[in-house]
Amino acid sequence: MYSDEILERFKNPKFSGKIKDADAVGEEGNFKCGDIMKIYLKVKGDKIKDVKFETYGCVAAIASTDIMCELVKGKTLKEAYKMSNREIVDGLGDVPSVKVHCSILGTRALRKAIEDYRQKK
Amino acid sequence: MFVITARAVPWVAAVMPEVKMKSKVYLDNAATTQVDEGVLEVMKPFFSESYGNASSLHSLGGAAKKSLEKARKVIADSIGAKSEEIVFTSGGTEGNNLALKGVAFANKDEGNQIVTTKVEHKCVLESCKWLEKQGFNVTYLDVNEEGFVKLAELEKAINEKTILVSVIHGNNEVGTINDLMKIGEVCRKKGIYFHTDACQSFTKTELNVKKMNLDLVTLNGHKIHGPKGVGALYVGEGVKLDSWQHGGFQENGLRAGTENVPGIVGFAEAVKLAMGSKHIVKMRKLRDKLIKGVLEKIPDVKINGPTGEKRLCNNIHFSFRFIEGEAIGASLGDKGISSSTGSACSERDLKPSYVLKALGLSHENMNGSLRLSLSRFTTEKEIDHVLKVLPRIVKRLREISPCGKEEEEHVF
Repeated sequence: MYSDEILERFKNPKFSGKIKDADAVGEEGNFKCGDIMKIYLKVKGDKIKDVKFETYGCVAAIASTDIMCELVKGKTLKEAYKMSNREIVDGLGDVPSVKVHCSILGTRALRKAIEDYRQKK
Repeated sequence: MFVITARAVPWVAAVMPEVKMKSKVYLDNAATTQVDEGVLEVMKPFFSESYGNASSLHSLGGAAKKSLEKARKVIADSIGAKSEEIVFTSGGTEGNNLALKGVAFANKDEGNQIVTTKVEHKCVLESCKWLEKQGFNVTYLDVNEEGFVKLAELEKAINEKTILVSVIHGNNEVGTINDLMKIGEVCRKKGIYFHTDACQSFTKTELNVKKMNLDLVTLNGHKIHGPKGVGALYVGEGVKLDSWQHGGFQENGLRAGTENVPGIVGFAEAVKLAMGSKHIVKMRKLRDKLIKGVLEKIPDVKINGPTGEKRLCNNIHFSFRFIEGEAIGASLGDKGISSSTGSACSERDLKPSYVLKALGLSHENMNGSLRLSLSRFTTEKEIDHVLKVLPRIVKRLREISPCGKEEEEHVF
């Protein structure tokens, strides 16, 4: 069902975990739906210096969020906020269509984290 | 001799390496099983040598007919039935369709109500839904938290219009073995046909049509190391049943179509090889070792369904907290272990298993579910391997999960 690229990301995510002294945190999903996504940000100037995620989710959620983190690291908050789900799916190669919704969690949580940062500022 | 090999058929060979590499420990035997080599041997001549049509009058046809009837006797004997009460089908789905639709239409003058449960296989539930569209009323009984039918509710659901009760014998997801003896008594007392889908339980626990007052029983081959595409429906003497597939007069007019002689012979051999309590005892021992090991080694995990002899000897069903079943399954798959989950994430419709829902499991427990189903070929070494690998997988996924960590606000 999954491509090798997705499985590799799932097995060896580079951005899983939490940032203890994060500048901002965004959470999306709820436990009842069976998916929770949490994004931690470290911001320097207007750029994302570091990003990590935690998820209660499936293979697609873990793999797609990991690639999202890779794509947004180093970007400005503005650029990251505009990051589309399409870019993540493209980055992963073939995501089964039924699984595309799992990758939406990542971008939503990221936007919430950015909003959280802007609010704190 | 006619032997199919991966080498001989290039387009089959193309998909073989992955299958070979990844399925070292196969624990998805509730989905399907490997064909026993003995079964395959028995089947082979029926493809290339004794390939006659059982309806033909020449000697090849006669030989096929003879083998067909011998196979019928094997199946009949295995459930305490008579040969003429066995109708060969293409498998469990066809058997259940024939039983439900066949009884419903043949007995519609007697009544239009059918009683079944919320934890049946999809082919029973979908047949019932279709029958509702045709004007039948169907009552879907709740089950208790272990998956058992509640007898008092069954009795309450039966009315003067009830023509059929259909209750699954061994549940395919959580392994619950319903007490057919007691349900059969209720049906017999009320004079209602009693059908059971025994695809999962066949040869894994006692099944006797006389003792259990069964009128119809669905069986299939590929769950017991027989071939896919073959099964049988037991139709008790005198049961009024309409045929559902029209054509020739095969199977006593109840199932038209040339009989799948190689498949049927293979099915019968599979039954012969599967019968006997030694296999049940072995699987139960390994099942309980794996359950005990997981409960000891991994925190925040629960077992779903009953324990002991009322659970299918080859079924294990866990719920792991804070992590998702599909992710567990994919991780196991990466280590060469095949499993299954009832998580919403694994389903095309993104809904969690209706069986787990009927048992009253929370969303968390449904999404964190994992089914491991053994066969008589499962070894203790394989179970030990799972016990080594699974705790690490759960630990890793819990590290990625934001849930279940003490300092977090998520307290479930």
